[in-house]
Order: sequence, then C-alpha cells, then structure tokens
Amino acid sequence: MRVTMTVNGAEVTREIESRLLLVHFLRDHLELTGTHWGCDTSNCGTCAVWLDGEPVKSCTVLAAMAGGREVRTVEGLAEGDELDPVQRGFIECHGLQCGFCTPGMMMTSRALLDRNPDPSEEEIREAISGQICRCTGYATIVRSVRWAAEHEANGCPAHPGGTDAAEAPTREEVR
Amino acid sequence: MTAVHDDKPLGHGRMLRKEDPRFVRGRGRYVDDVRLPGMLHLAILRSPVAHARIVSVDTAAAEAHPKVRAVVTGAGLAEQGLAWMPTLSNDVQAVLATDKVRFQGQEVAFVVAEDHYAARDALELIDVEYDVLDPVVDARTALAEGAPVIRDDLEGKSDNHVFDWETGDEAATEAVFARADVVVTEDIVYPRVHPSPMETCGAVADFDPVEGRLTLWSTTQAPHAHRTLYAMVAGLPEHKIRVISPDIGGGFGNKVPIYPGYVCAIVASLVVGKPVKWMEDRSENLISTGFARDYVMRGEIAATRDGRILGIRTNVLADHGAFNAQAAPSKYPAGFFGVFTGSYDIEAAHARMTAVYTNKAPGGVAYACSFRITEAVYLVERIVDCLAHELEMDPVELRSRNLIRPEQFPYTTKTGWVYDSGDYEPTLREAMRIAGYDALREEQAEKRARGELMGIGVSFFTEAVGAGPRKNMDILGLGMADGCELRVHPTGKAVVRLSVQSQGQGHETTFAQIVAEEIGIPPDDIDVVHGDTDNTPFGLGTYGSRSTPVSGAAAVMVARKVRDKARIIASGMLEASVADLEWTKGAFAVKGDPERSVTIQEVALRAHGAGDLPDGIEGGLEAQVCYNPENLTYPHGAYVCVVDVDPGTAQVKVRRFVAVDDCGTRINPMIIEGQVHGGLADGVGMALMEMISFDEDGNCLGGSFMDYLLPTALEVPDWETGYTVTPSPHHPIGAKGVGESATVGSPPAVVNAVVDALKPFGVRHADMPLTPSRVWDAMRGRARPPF
Repeated sequence: MRVTMTVNGAEVTREIESRLLLVHFLRDHLELTGTHWGCDTSNCGTCAVWLDGEPVKSCTVLAAMAGGREVRTVEGLAEGDELDPVQRGFIECHGLQCGFCTPGMMMTSRALLDRNPDPSEEEIREAISGQICRCTGYATIVRSVRWAAEHEANGCPAHPGGTDAAEAPTREEVR
Repeated sequence: MTAVHDDKPLGHGRMLRKEDPRFVRGRGRYVDDVRLPGMLHLAILRSPVAHARIVSVDTAAAEAHPKVRAVVTGAGLAEQGLAWMPTLSNDVQAVLATDKVRFQGQEVAFVVAEDHYAARDALELIDVEYDVLDPVVDARTALAEGAPVIRDDLEGKSDNHVFDWETGDEAATEAVFARADVVVTEDIVYPRVHPSPMETCGAVADFDPVEGRLTLWSTTQAPHAHRTLYAMVAGLPEHKIRVISPDIGGGFGNKVPIYPGYVCAIVASLVVGKPVKWMEDRSENLISTGFARDYVMRGEIAATRDGRILGIRTNVLADHGAFNAQAAPSKYPAGFFGVFTGSYDIEAAHARMTAVYTNKAPGGVAYACSFRITEAVYLVERIVDCLAHELEMDPVELRSRNLIRPEQFPYTTKTGWVYDSGDYEPTLREAMRIAGYDALREEQAEKRARGELMGIGVSFFTEAVGAGPRKNMDILGLGMADGCELRVHPTGKAVVRLSVQSQGQGHETTFAQIVAEEIGIPPDDIDVVHGDTDNTPFGLGTYGSRSTPVSGAAAVMVARKVRDKARIIASGMLEASVADLEWTKGAFAVKGDPERSVTIQEVALRAHGAGDLPDGIEGGLEAQVCYNPENLTYPHGAYVCVVDVDPGTAQVKVRRFVAVDDCGTRINPMIIEGQVHGGLADGVGMALMEMISFDEDGNCLGGSFMDYLLPTALEVPDWETGYTVTPSPHHPIGAKGVGESATVGSPPAVVNAVVDALKPFGVRHADMPLTPSRVWDAMRGRARPPF
C-alpha cells in the first residue's frame, strides 16, 4: 500500500506492507535511525516519537496509521545547528551514557515541557515512566529536564548537575 | 559543544562528554543502523522446549518462500564443521542444535531473507519434530541419582557436573568455627537475572569473496578477542578479519561472549556472498544470551560475643545452564568469588563450590559482576547483617569493629587476594554523615512504635577490578593486558587508539582527559578511536571495570613515552640539555629561564617538520604500549538504603539511597557519578523486581519486559552520592575502576534495609527479588527461596 505522511516537516510517500511498524518505517525506509527499537512488548519506549504532537511508541503504531499525519523524530528536534534546550540539558547534566534511550527520552521530555513548562521532579518521573534507561539511574535525566525548563524560563544556570558535580575535587585535593 | 572544565583547562575534572552531540541528535552509529548494499536479513528459529531430541527438521516450505535466500540447520553447519564453537570457559556450545536442544530458546536453524519481516515469516514455515526429554531445571537436583544427562555430546559424560572449586584454608576455618562464641548460618540465593541492555545483541557480517576478507560489525565489548576467536572457529586468517564494534547501546557484560547469532551471520555471509544482518529481539535477548548470578549459597560466619568476626565459610551451588560459556579468566572458574571475605580482617575463610549444567541458557558472568564479586559481596554483606541480628548489635558498629585498617594495606586476605589500598573508616563515616544515620535510627524507632515499617540497610564493600596480571590471568590463552597508541599530528592535535570498547562509559571523553593531563594537549584536541580491530592495538576489551585500571594505565604510559621523546626534541629546539628542561602542562621551559620555552604543539611541528632532530631521534611523535597490570585495583564503598514497607500491601519503597565510593583518583567526577547512579538502579532492580525464573518444564518465565521487570524513574529515588579518595599505589595515576561498584554494592544494602524493616516480624533473611508477594510471605513467617 502507499502511505504519505509528514516527517519532521517534510512530506514523504512510500510503498509499504500494511503490517509495517512505524518504527521500522522510520528506520528502514526513511533511514532515520535515531529512533531505536529496544523491546517487543511496548515497554521500553526507546522508539518514542510524536504523532500529531503526541508522544507515541512507534513500535506500537502501524506505519499505515501515520498516513496523513505529522511525525516528529529526534532528528527534527534541533533547529538547524541550534539544539533544543532539552538536548542541551541532557548534555549539560549528563543525562545520557550509551545514548540508546536518549532520543525517546528527549521526545517525551520536550512534550512534557510544552504542556508543563515548570514540572516538578515527580511530574518528570511520571512523564518518563513509560521509558526504560539502563545506564543513568534516571536522576540526571530528571536534572536534564529541569535544566531545560529553567533555561527556557530564566536562561542558563551557572552550575548544572548534582551535588557530586558541584564538589568535584581539584587535582590538588587528590591525596 | 563547549566543554566545561570547572576552571581546569586540561585533563582531569568535570568535563562534558565528547560523545553526546551525536547521540542527542540521533546520529549515533549502532549496529542496527548499519546498511550495506545488497544487505540481507537473518532470523533464528529457536527451541520451544527445554530438552528434546531433534527427530527431523523440514525446511522445504521456508526455502520456497519467494524472499528467502538460504535456510541453514544444525546438520548443514555440521557438514562444514561449524555446528559447535568454543566458549570462553573452554567448553563447547552449539551454534545450531544438531543432536538435541538443551534449553528453551536455543538456536535450531536460521533463515536469510530480503527483509527481516520475511525472514520472520519463513521461520514459521520450518517444521521441527522434537522428542521431548525430561529437563533439569532446579540446580539442586542436577546431580541427583538418575537425573537426565544434558551434555551427552561430551565424551563419557554421565552426569551434569561442570566443576568443583575451592579456596581458603578449610582446617583453619573449622578451627575458628569450633572456638567461636557465635556461629550464624543462612541459606542465601542470588537468583538468575539478566543484564538486559536497551540495545540487544546483533551483527552485520560482510564477507568479500574476492579479497577473502570478513568485516563484522557487532555488539561486542571485546572486539579483538572476538576476532581471534573467529579466526580459530571459522578458519579465516586473523589479518583478513576486521571486527568493528560501533556505538553500543549498553553492554553490562551481556556483550562479552560470542553468541551463535554472530557465527550464523558470518556463515550466512560466506554462503550467500552478501552482507547479512542479524539483530535479535528483546525476548531472544532475555531467553538466550548471557544471564547473571544464579548462585545458591550457604553462608556461615563465626564470631565472638562482642562482635569480632573470626571466620567466614560458604558452600556454593552454581547453575551454569546447558553450556559453560561463563566469561572469566581461565584459571578462575568461579571468577573472583574468592574475595567473599569482603572488607573485614578475619582469621580464616573457606569456600567450596560445585557448578552444574541445567536446561537453561548459558552465561553467569555478566551484569556488572566483576567476575562474580556481586555474589561474593552479597554473601558477606548479608551474612554480616545476619550476625548483627543474632548479636543484637548495630550493623554499622559491627562492620566498624572488623574493617581492615589503613596501615594493613597492601592486605593479603585469607583467600590470597592482595588488596592494594583502602582507608575504610572515613568512607563509612562519610556515608553515615550524609545519611544522618543516628537520626534515621531514631525515626525508625518512633515509626516502629506506631506500627510503621521502615528499614535502614548498610553495605560496605571491597571490589576487585582491572583484570589482570598476565602471569595468572588470561581468557582462552590471551593475556589480560591492554594496548594504547598515541599519535600527535604535526599541528599538535592527537589521536589515541584504545583496545577497550565503551558501551556508554564515556571513554571518548575520559581517555582524552587522561592523555591531556599527561601531554598538555587540550582534551578537545584529542580524538579517541576504539572498537575497530584494524585501527586499534590489541587488547581484551571493556568489562570487569577494567578500562581505567588497565587501558587507562596504558594511556598514561603511552602519553609519558611520547612526552619523553618530546622532551628530547624540545632540548634540541631550546639548545638546552634534557635535564635542564622543566615540564609545565603543555610546554617545556629551560629551568630558571621561563622565557625560553616551547609548547607541545611546537614540538609536534618540529617532530614532523624540517630541521635537524637530536641524534638518534626519528621523526614523528607517536608511541604504543601494552600495559600489563601488576595487580588488580580494589575500590571500595559504603552504602546506606532507607526503605518503607507498606504493611497492607508489602510493597517496598526505596525512599533514600546514599552511596559513598572510593575509586582512588577521579578522572571525571560527572561520569563517575553517572556510573554510580546506573549501578544503583541495577541494585534496586535486582533486589526488588528482576528475576529470570523457570517452570518445572523449563519454560522461561522472565522472557519479556512484561515479566522481567526493570526499574523505571518511579521505582528509584534521587541518589545521594559522596566520595573519598584513596589512590591505587600501583596505578600510574592512582585511579581504580568504578563502573561496577554500585551494582556490586547496592543489592545487599537494599535487602538489608527490607530485612531490617521486617525485624518486628522476626525476619533474619529473605531472598531476592523482594516483590510484594515475597515480602508478604516473609512477614508471615513463610520466607522462601525464589525457586
């Protein structure tokens, strides 16, 4: 079947099988490989993208169902060279390690901040609770989202990060 | 990207990661992102049963599928001598089953097709007839009279015994137990769990028949060791094999072994003459790739009435699954379990272990275990808490009385491990300070009086990481050294090539920092190359927290070697003797005349450029070293966990977690903190949620994320971290490994906290995972092993 949709602002048309999952359409047909595939039961959320502005798990959406709709992926998060504050927050606060969950986490975080520009820690944890990260233990992801929220509200805080970062020892302190 | 160095222009200190800009843009390069012209897709048919003879395999319908290019069975591989492969433990493992299947999920056949949907379709068309046999599921019955023999492929094998192993002094241990005031015994199970990286295992094999050259992109933590093994298995010459480990979406030990899927992809590419991709799905990852733990331990501790620990002994039953594929140094069949005496100065210790085959997936060493130290630390930290319970003594006080003292280092344990350095008491105090331990105990007393269940758990651990000295550590005969190569370009930029392979630990950043600190070139001017066997020096890869101890040391040494050469070239440029030169980070100056100086960049240009060099000095500015560590490094830590247990539902909530780690010199505090956070989440997951279990027929009951529960942001607290610094005396910059410390140290803290919360019910021990139903049972005096 033929499907047409808008992905990151550009219209695309492809001939596909009706059973094709959106995650594979994005990765294999459009070569947008930032969106990842981490499980087969819709639990991990590494495949999260936006469908008409709503975060969805693209492993649980048929590509055909996205026909005529707008899809946004991690590749569409930055505006040219200008990173989204969420992307900068993840870098500044070490919200990623292996990077595999990162695209999905950032898409959900961006959606959260669009609806709630000043989320509490609990609200951030709730928002990303459909997504699993194996590397970070989540705390720095929470800080990353808070960094983005604060940056959007007030400009960049001088010293992002947690207690450990603030107390980083100098070489001289190392005995 | 702007790097934040906290006013430190070079080297060590907080620095944002060089890796991040590509990852946040979705421009990472993972194995499943690899696309090659003509690439085909491979899918694997797996056994639906745990133990069965293969009567027949009918592939005709699959072969007739219009998009299928090849179907290969075990019999087909056997004809080429490729049906079996060696494991990292000198056992063999079936690539595709020939005679029989030995665990549910085992590889039986594979299909190569034009796309992965078609490949999956074709799997459904293969008809396999099985003659089902009784499985061995419970390791405790594996050696029973009349138990089904799993490994009848091994000549003369008539039981399910893998190995026996022991360490320590049995007689001396018996003697201290005989004279002890108090002996506490507890059966402690570390259930089977799974590292479950977010990216599963996979590979793209591309065999070029013209050049006879194989390129393999794969999810491997040890690309060089894999290349050598492929050369041995596939009979291809090693210089014609290139293994590329690109960005890896987490490893956690899951990506150390060679899996049948990799070999299948290689064989498929050889057969079809096209690139072939294999990417497993989550269920396949959980049911067939390397599990972790699965130790059934009887722990015993002997002490005086006033809390002086005299001895510890243990008997362990280790479930290794159907093939012994445990990734451990050859001479260490139980890994480094011998460090089970922990952080305590005791008089005697002894351990005895038996490992058995069962009808389960192979593995054992994975999930940040540092070669079985998770199990060792869990045993000692649990049994010490049992002793505190018995003596009615505060668990912190009991630990404090028995810690090895700083003046005792290097300390040789009763099982022969030489701890390099440690100053344990300050680390313990720091954790208690951050936690506000005394106030927590007061709060607990008040809550108990009201019938509320609050628990405080402590663990103090000593890790052993950085395998290892080649005189006694090797994997399949390959010494556990690691290489590093440093090349300084004419304009003073540099590239450093590592034998280790990051899976998110930030090596591209921290190794640039290490080299920057030594040679004075800014870390942003240093590129780190890893994971490509054609372009990096040989070494054993990243696992066991060995990157910083081994490869990190290699990076220091190679930078110093280059600096030594630079100094000679600088002496020529400054017309001064080498001894008259002073190095301040980034430049050589004549002593007493700081105006006469040259920067490392100027030296680099001279090294490559025109003009004479001092006698005997060749052009260029580069070096390579292979570092053989003289000992492991022994980082340590003190952890405190606070839980609340709902008396109505038995649900455990981890309210606080304090982790104080000491890994010696800290290269990048931000990255260390992230490593610790991730490991703490592992620990909470294992303690409360995670388990790969089986029913009596050998069906895997933890084979998807519906059943294998991993913590989300809602199950873990905001971590509180701290540190102390006790450098390793034998490491060139005093740095110890740290990546696995939190995974090792946190499970006992969580379990100790839950057991502490259940004290009003008289509970002294309860096995992981402490799910609501299992805690509920423990509260009612029905604590039971997890299987």
